[in-house]
Formats: sequence, structure tokens, C-alpha cells
Amino acid sequence: MKLTLKIWRQKNAQDKGGIVDYPIDGIEPDMSFLEMLDVLNEQLINKGEEPVAFDHDCREGICGMCSLFINGEAHGPDRGVTTCQLHMRMFKDGDTIFIEPFRAKAFPVIKDLVVDRSSFDRVQHAGGFISVNTSGNTIDANTIPINKHDADKSFDAAACIGCGACVATCKNSSAMLFVAAKVSQYALLPQGKIEAVDRVLNMVHQMDAEGFGNCTNTGACEVECPKGISLENIARMNREYLSASLKG
Amino acid sequence: MAQSAQLNASILKKVAMALSGIFLITFLALHVSLNFISIISEDVFNEASHFMGYNPLIQYVMQPVLAIGVIFHFVMGFVLTAQNSAARPISYAKYNGAANASWSSRNMIISGLVILAFLGLHFYDFWFPEVAYKYVNGTAPDATRYYGELVHKFHDPIRTGLYCISFVLLGFHLWHGFGSSLQSMGMHNKYSRFLSKVGYGFAVVVPALFVIIALFHHFNN
Repeated sequence: MKLTLKIWRQKNAQDKGGIVDYPIDGIEPDMSFLEMLDVLNEQLINKGEEPVAFDHDCREGICGMCSLFINGEAHGPDRGVTTCQLHMRMFKDGDTIFIEPFRAKAFPVIKDLVVDRSSFDRVQHAGGFISVNTSGNTIDANTIPINKHDADKSFDAAACIGCGACVATCKNSSAMLFVAAKVSQYALLPQGKIEAVDRVLNMVHQMDAEGFGNCTNTGACEVECPKGISLENIARMNREYLSASLKG
Repeated sequence: MAQSAQLNASILKKVAMALSGIFLITFLALHVSLNFISIISEDVFNEASHFMGYNPLIQYVMQPVLAIGVIFHFVMGFVLTAQNSAARPISYAKYNGAANASWSSRNMIISGLVILAFLGLHFYDFWFPEVAYKYVNGTAPDATRYYGELVHKFHDPIRTGLYCISFVLLGFHLWHGFGSSLQSMGMHNKYSRFLSKVGYGFAVVVPALFVIIALFHHFNN
């Protein structure tokens, strides 16, 4: 395959940055998108140029590290996959492909296509946990009976890998799907109900403080989420927040 | 330590936007019902309009509440849009919004601005003359004038066209707004899915009735 890549290049967080064109040839349709970028970087290094910086880790669709906004969509045109699982067969020979970093005020660019997603960590630190006594007499979670329906819903929410595709694809840069998944995974379980009021108030407060936008229910986040996190979680978080507002 | 809920929290703003939207949807249902009478019976329309125009509860309680609801919905819409724009200071070079969200959901501010412009025209046509008639000029009540005033406004094809275009955009606004308000208030179950379908019907039928009323009076008189 012969392609034209339009890649966002930015030396550092202070640099203004801009789109740079890279023609590339010899790309196999069965290559993953990241392998295609590896080929490009090898060519750039051989020419003595700076390789394109991009995030990646497990390359198995598990870690959520690879980001990239490809041809106007988070993780590219495929559905239910991260960028590492996106294959070049999704594109046609001769295509022009735009590759940009995830854009949001709360996700500042560090270099090229690498963004700082530590705002998600701070939201998680604000309440995305349960307090457990680990002094040696911890009770096995399996001893607490849990409704199968709730357990499944909680597990579905817990499948969120925190990749940030929801923020990147939302026209408002809203992090509601991510925060809602983290709130829901605990809100549905008996262990999580004890700190439910504090959790939702603190996490939403931190989400707002990080500068994410407001959700307008376009549903784009659900479509682009590689783990299929449902909008149902946002509705649940809204209920949890309203309930906590009255109690807290 | 827990944060307390704040009035400017994003979720509370969403809920406030949803509640004001539901309130305005209810008003629209009432408005279209009253207007539709005008194509059935001139006398009944005059009678109903006169009742609305001189009933103290409607004039001094419902009308101010409606005005507050409209102003709140628009102001909050602009505030949220400004905040959302600030949340992405640098735009994408290529953004394929159509790949994952409907036009109506992505362009509520555009349909909202068209509705705001329409309200300006609508107030100029009906509300300001009504206020002048009753409170500035102090003219004696006339229960037979309403139908004539309505029909007179739809003589002009440009005004009729502007009204129809605005109603189409109102339909797009309602198409997303109805279901979105349920989601914002935390509803996401079989009942909200059913109500959302009712909302899609409302988003088509109500603007269509407004268009029919406007065209009826344009071509019939």
C-alpha cells in the first residue's frame, strides 16, 4: 500500500506544532496501524530525522495506552478496537490518513502524538477505589452474595481501560463516560456502596476541576469506546450524583 | 473528605438544562394545540386565545415562569457551549463527527440559535403588539381579533417561509433534546427508551403541525 500520512508534529509541550506530510510505501494490509508507524519511524531514523513519538505498550488492546485520532476518529475507523488492533486493511491504497493526538485541555500534548492523561489518574484518586482493611483479616469478596445482573453490569463498567477515546471523540471533550464507568463499577457492588456518596461527589468535582467539558449526550463516546462502555453508566452516575447531592 | 455538591457542577447544569427543556416541550404541546384550533374553527380559536390573553393565572404567573424558563434555557445553553469550546482549545485538523453522532445532537447550538432568532421574529409579530394593545395603548378587550391577527401575519410568503424553516430546525432540536433530557436526569431503562421513541414522534409531529398551520393560513387566505 502507498499512503500519504498527515501527522501532527510538536517538539514539546511549549511548541506550537503543526501537520507534516509523510509519503510512505510498502505497507502490508495485515500490518497493525502501530506497525505502520514503526515502519515510518525506521525510515525517518535511517534518514537522520526525528521519529514520531506515539504512545503504546501491550499492543494487545488491553492496556489503553495507544491513543491517536485517526482520520477524525479516536482509534480510527474500526469499532471496538484500540489503535494497536486497527489494521491497515481498513484503509485503501493511495489513502491520505490524518494522525493527530487526542485533543482536550485536560490532555495536554507532551510531544507529537503523546498526550498527558494523568488527569484521569487524579479523577481516579479522588474516589475510584474502596477502602479495605489489609491488616491480615480481610474478608474474601466471594463470601458476599451479589446479584448476577449487578455483578455483570459492574464487570462491564470495570472493562473501561481509561484510554481517553471518550474524551477525544466527544465534541465537548467530556470525560463523563470514563468517570461514569469508574463510579458504576463500585456503585453496583455492596463493597462500593459504603463510600458511594463521597465517591461520586469527589470524582465529579475532580472531573470538573480538570477542565473536561460537559456531556450533551451525543453518544459518540459509546460508539468509539474500544470496550463498549454503555451510556447507561452516565445515567447511573447522574442518579448517583443527584442522590449524593441530597445526602452529602 | 467528601466534596459537597456544587451548584455549578457539570451534572447539575445538565439536569437544570434537561428540566427547563422538558418544561418548554410541555409548553410547545400546549401552543401547537391552541394554534391547531385556528384551522378548525375561527370562533373557538378566538375564544381560547382571549382566555389565554386575559386569564390572570396565565398572564401573571405562567407567562413570567415561561419567560424565565426560556431565558434560562438559552443562557445555560450559551454558557455550556462556551465551557465546552474551552475544553478543547486546539481543534482537530480532521474531525469526523458524523461517524458516531447524529447531526441534531452535534448541532444543538445551531438549531437553538435559529429558534432564538425565530423567537425574536415571533415576539415582534405577536407578543410586542399584544403587550402594546393591552398595556401601552390600553385598548378595550376584543374577543374577536385574534384569528384576524394570526391570518394577517401569514400573508407574507417570506415570513411564512422563515417560520417553516424555523419549525424544521425546532424539529431537529427536539429530536435530540427529548431523549437527552431523560438521560441527563438519570433515566436509561425500558421506560426511557419508550419515552425517547415518543420524543422522536413529538419532534416530527409538533413542528409538522406548526408548518401545516402556517402554510394553511398562507394559502387559505
